[in-house]
Amino acid sequence: MRIVRLLTYVVLFAWAILTILPLYWMVVTAFKSQVAIQAIPPDWWPNPPTLLNFVVFFGQAPAWRWLFNSSFVAVLTTGLTVLFATMSGYAFAKRRFPGDKALFWTVMAILVVPYEVKLIPLFELSAHFGMIDTFSGLILPAVSAPFGIFLMKQFMMTLPNEIFDAARVDGANEWQVFRQVVAPLATPGMTVLTIFMFVDTWNAFLWPVIITRSLEMRTLPPGLSVLQLESYTDYGLQMAGALFTAIPTVLLFLALQRYFLRGITIGAVKG
Amino acid sequence: MLFLAVFWVYPVLRSVMLGFADLNLRTGEANFVGLANFQASFASPLFWLALENTAEYTLVVVPIAMAFAVVLSVLIYRLASPWQTFFKSAYYLPGVTSVAVLALIWKWLFNPVIGLLNYLLTLVGVPAQQWLGSPYLALPSLMLMALVGGQGAGIVLLTAAMGSIPQELYDAARIDGAHGRAEFWHITLPLLRPTLLYLLIIATIGSLQLFGPVYLMTNGGPDHATTTIVYYIYDQAFQQFQFGYASAMALIFMVILVAISFAQYTALSGDVEY
Repeated sequence: MRIVRLLTYVVLFAWAILTILPLYWMVVTAFKSQVAIQAIPPDWWPNPPTLLNFVVFFGQAPAWRWLFNSSFVAVLTTGLTVLFATMSGYAFAKRRFPGDKALFWTVMAILVVPYEVKLIPLFELSAHFGMIDTFSGLILPAVSAPFGIFLMKQFMMTLPNEIFDAARVDGANEWQVFRQVVAPLATPGMTVLTIFMFVDTWNAFLWPVIITRSLEMRTLPPGLSVLQLESYTDYGLQMAGALFTAIPTVLLFLALQRYFLRGITIGAVKG
Repeated sequence: MLFLAVFWVYPVLRSVMLGFADLNLRTGEANFVGLANFQASFASPLFWLALENTAEYTLVVVPIAMAFAVVLSVLIYRLASPWQTFFKSAYYLPGVTSVAVLALIWKWLFNPVIGLLNYLLTLVGVPAQQWLGSPYLALPSLMLMALVGGQGAGIVLLTAAMGSIPQELYDAARIDGAHGRAEFWHITLPLLRPTLLYLLIIATIGSLQLFGPVYLMTNGGPDHATTTIVYYIYDQAFQQFQFGYASAMALIFMVILVAISFAQYTALSGDVEY
């Protein structure tokens, strides 16, 4: 039995090292000098560590502008999505209105349609409204999130109807019910949705690549692809940029670990 | 309520419109060309190659990833809570970084001259490989990248599902003389079926939609060895500006995707109650 237990730890640790190693190598490389990066055998630790790669990164790329773009787009997209998803989740779960079932299944059907199918019409539409290379082009098409609606509906279903009825008996109008009863009760669901939407939008790659034209409008992930094209073999520079891009979501993950590790089970099927 | 309804019905309806709008590309403003785009797709050897590459990638990555996730979950689930959290976090961490970040890192790891991977291989006596530069190894390289670090979410879901299996079932089995392995095959695995099905469908869809690493690491090459279907659609639409042709392929791809998901669902779903 002891051997089995030992073996379990060995396997788990080995796999953990394997998954973390690429990220570790990114950090180490980002702080290495050009010469140290080329060295064989490679050093497992930057010796001595240098900030030169970051100096080049901030000098060559509009890094702060990209950081601002990423933050601005991620915050607005997440905020709007959570607001809409909570409203519609509440409506689908607790309100009856003409065509509610049909509408909900429409939302679910969209969930099944692969993103790529919408890509071309979405691009045409954005061009039509003059949204190419703008913030609205980056944000608005990303807001419509059927998954959020589904998640919030599932969550709302678990709340008892009586609370909403009681508020209405007390004379609250729909907006008051939503703001003072629905929103506070839905906070756990909204928190999870906020975290996952934020990470998703921060990391989004395909749509930002398509919708942005100028260097200044890029968010960080498509910015990295520019960096890669321009400095094809400068791995120190690339890793510095990658580290800069990865840090916010990694910190978020480390700070809110339990939400990540429990949160994704909310939307999933019983099992 | 009406106000709320209008507020979200609008974006939803717009999405629906967009989902079908690519039909208008050819029938509406653009010249009507009938089924020509679809014919062109099926006649194109590259379209078939892209489908083949995508299928190959999915058929390798999905089963191995699922098996890894199950094995690791079973191992983790027996541990004390702090260790569980530690391992889950370690496995989950790569999943919170952008595909762009991971692609850049792996491209560096795969570097044939000064990359870490070849260095580690030479330590154990395996000759250095070309990885992404080789038509034979490029696609397997992308598979490797997907398999390492792609299990976090699956493990979290599976261990959560294992936690909800009632202990009485195991107690009863033990009275009947069942042991570790029998318990796994006859209790754990069958009761995990809904979660496994969910993971299978999500993983399959994700693999079939492989794009980011291809775009960032290989541009579909060398010699189209890593041209996946989504990359090919992107290339035709946004590099070659063949919007009609690309839309037709996107629609074909959607039909394939929905058909596969539906087939997996009908084949593997079933009532599991406990």
